[in-house]
Amino acid sequence: MEKKTKRRDFLFTATYAVGAVGAGAVIWPMIDQMNPDASVKALASTEVDVSAVNPGKTITVLWRGKPVFIRRRTQEEIAEAKSVKLEDLKHPEKDEDRAKNPEWLVMLGVCTHLGCVPLDQKGDYNGWFCPCHGSHYDTSGRIRKGPAPTNMEIPEYKFVDANTIKIG
Amino acid sequence: MSEHEYTPKSKVGKWFNDRLPLLTLANHLTDYPTPKNLNYWWTFGGILTFCLITQIVTGLVLAMHYIAHADMAFQSVEHIMRDVNYGWLIRYIHANGASMFFLAVYIHIFRSLFYGSYKSPREVIWIIGIIIYLLMMAAAFLGYVLPWGQMSFWGATVITNLFSAIPLVGEGIVTWLWGGYSVDNPTLTRFFTLHYLIPFLILGLVVLHIWALHVPGNNNPIGIDIKKPSKDTVPFHPYIVIKDGFALLMFMIVFAFFVFYTPNILGHADNYIEANPLVTPAHIVPEWYLLPFYAILRSVPDKLLGVIAMLSAILILAALPWLDTSKIRSAVFRPLYKQFYWILVADVLILGYVGAMPAEGLYLLIARIATAYYFLHFLVILPVLGFKERTTPVPLSITEPILGGSPNLAAVKKKDSFKDQ
Repeated sequence: MEKKTKRRDFLFTATYAVGAVGAGAVIWPMIDQMNPDASVKALASTEVDVSAVNPGKTITVLWRGKPVFIRRRTQEEIAEAKSVKLEDLKHPEKDEDRAKNPEWLVMLGVCTHLGCVPLDQKGDYNGWFCPCHGSHYDTSGRIRKGPAPTNMEIPEYKFVDANTIKIG
Repeated sequence: MSEHEYTPKSKVGKWFNDRLPLLTLANHLTDYPTPKNLNYWWTFGGILTFCLITQIVTGLVLAMHYIAHADMAFQSVEHIMRDVNYGWLIRYIHANGASMFFLAVYIHIFRSLFYGSYKSPREVIWIIGIIIYLLMMAAAFLGYVLPWGQMSFWGATVITNLFSAIPLVGEGIVTWLWGGYSVDNPTLTRFFTLHYLIPFLILGLVVLHIWALHVPGNNNPIGIDIKKPSKDTVPFHPYIVIKDGFALLMFMIVFAFFVFYTPNILGHADNYIEANPLVTPAHIVPEWYLLPFYAILRSVPDKLLGVIAMLSAILILAALPWLDTSKIRSAVFRPLYKQFYWILVADVLILGYVGAMPAEGLYLLIARIATAYYFLHFLVILPVLGFKERTTPVPLSITEPILGGSPNLAAVKKKDSFKDQ
């Protein structure tokens, strides 16, 4: 008797296991179809001509459907960004690590709180201010006050030549 | 459930009913014994059914003219407004219908809170109701994205970004929801699909909601269990049907006022600007019916905790039948609860108001106090009140306060004769 029950149990368990694998194999394509498709992934990099950008000006370009701020910073802004002590920052990052060439700040213009586009030259730290929920960023795009958890993201980019930046 | 077994009069009716008892169901619905003291706050269930049907019918028609594509959605909505015959009317009914739906559901929910309709044995009705409410919010949010205006786009961005607060997998989930690296065409097409699906899920849940209601029967303004059918009840048809119908007409006057006189007052002017991923509107404000929760989200300075607080504010309602420890249902007999009830109403209205204001200075302070009080009400005041409160005497039946006795007339007469002696 006992032996028979065990055989049944094995069959049940085996059936459930195969069924679970089968269900998973069916469900995964249904889930993954919602992830970015090949055509979305193909638009991964953008080249920008920055020759017309004077110090103290920002241009905004669209990259992967998101705005990227390219700001040519003034000497005062650079000095201000460098003078901040790391222990005063919510998300400590050195300005040198954020702007390899200190004159140029290239970052995603997306507030790290809930994704709004912050306004240029606003807020308590002369950098950016997000109108949605009141996050203040400094001249290096670092979060200083408000609900955003981290600094604005620096995308992968490089200078192709003196006047052209390739983002992505 | 009526006590007697129903048999159709006609032969054909009997033949059919033996095979599919639809006539028995219809008979149950018309004869359904209802407390005879139901007031007008009880008419909002019927009004809500009307709202759901209105949204489904107008939505179906709109879907015949709307194009779910990032390049064409905004134009197609303008096309509906300007070119399609009566398109303006149908769209205004649908857009204002959403607000009317929420107006009715809030009255319906606060009715339950006042009269303790969520308490045993009606917990399952209440929880199904909360699920319907959650689905309504999802449908309203998804629908608001479809015209692809500035508020649509940025509302979608902010709400989907709530998921990025989840540690580790948050960013992946957001990309998955978007189908890209920002809100874009793939997001719009899936939102349209889900917006079309949810009303039918709600319809199914409404059937369960009513089914679960018909097991114990309606609660009533004095919140006592009544014998059904008895002198305390009236049949649903024609008594409640007429009362519901009259209330529905009154409600439709309000509805029509918005549709015909101020069709855009509940919307936001920025949504008549086409979506622009480079510019965020100066003030992002959700629709009025989500403002209290938006205020709670913004009152917490931490991203993840803010999202958790907002979700808890909704989900805490599902635990209400167990948080409220009082055995007495109706606030009529709970002098202290009655006061706290009105404070909660005021608290939610205040949250709604500060949710529409900028999140800074005094508004932020008020939002924080109101948020704290909201949770205090459910987590501390309600559980403690059940033990501490001295309730006033509850009548034994609906007729007792009028006839001075139980609904059993013979017993009443007996009591009177005792008095005579």
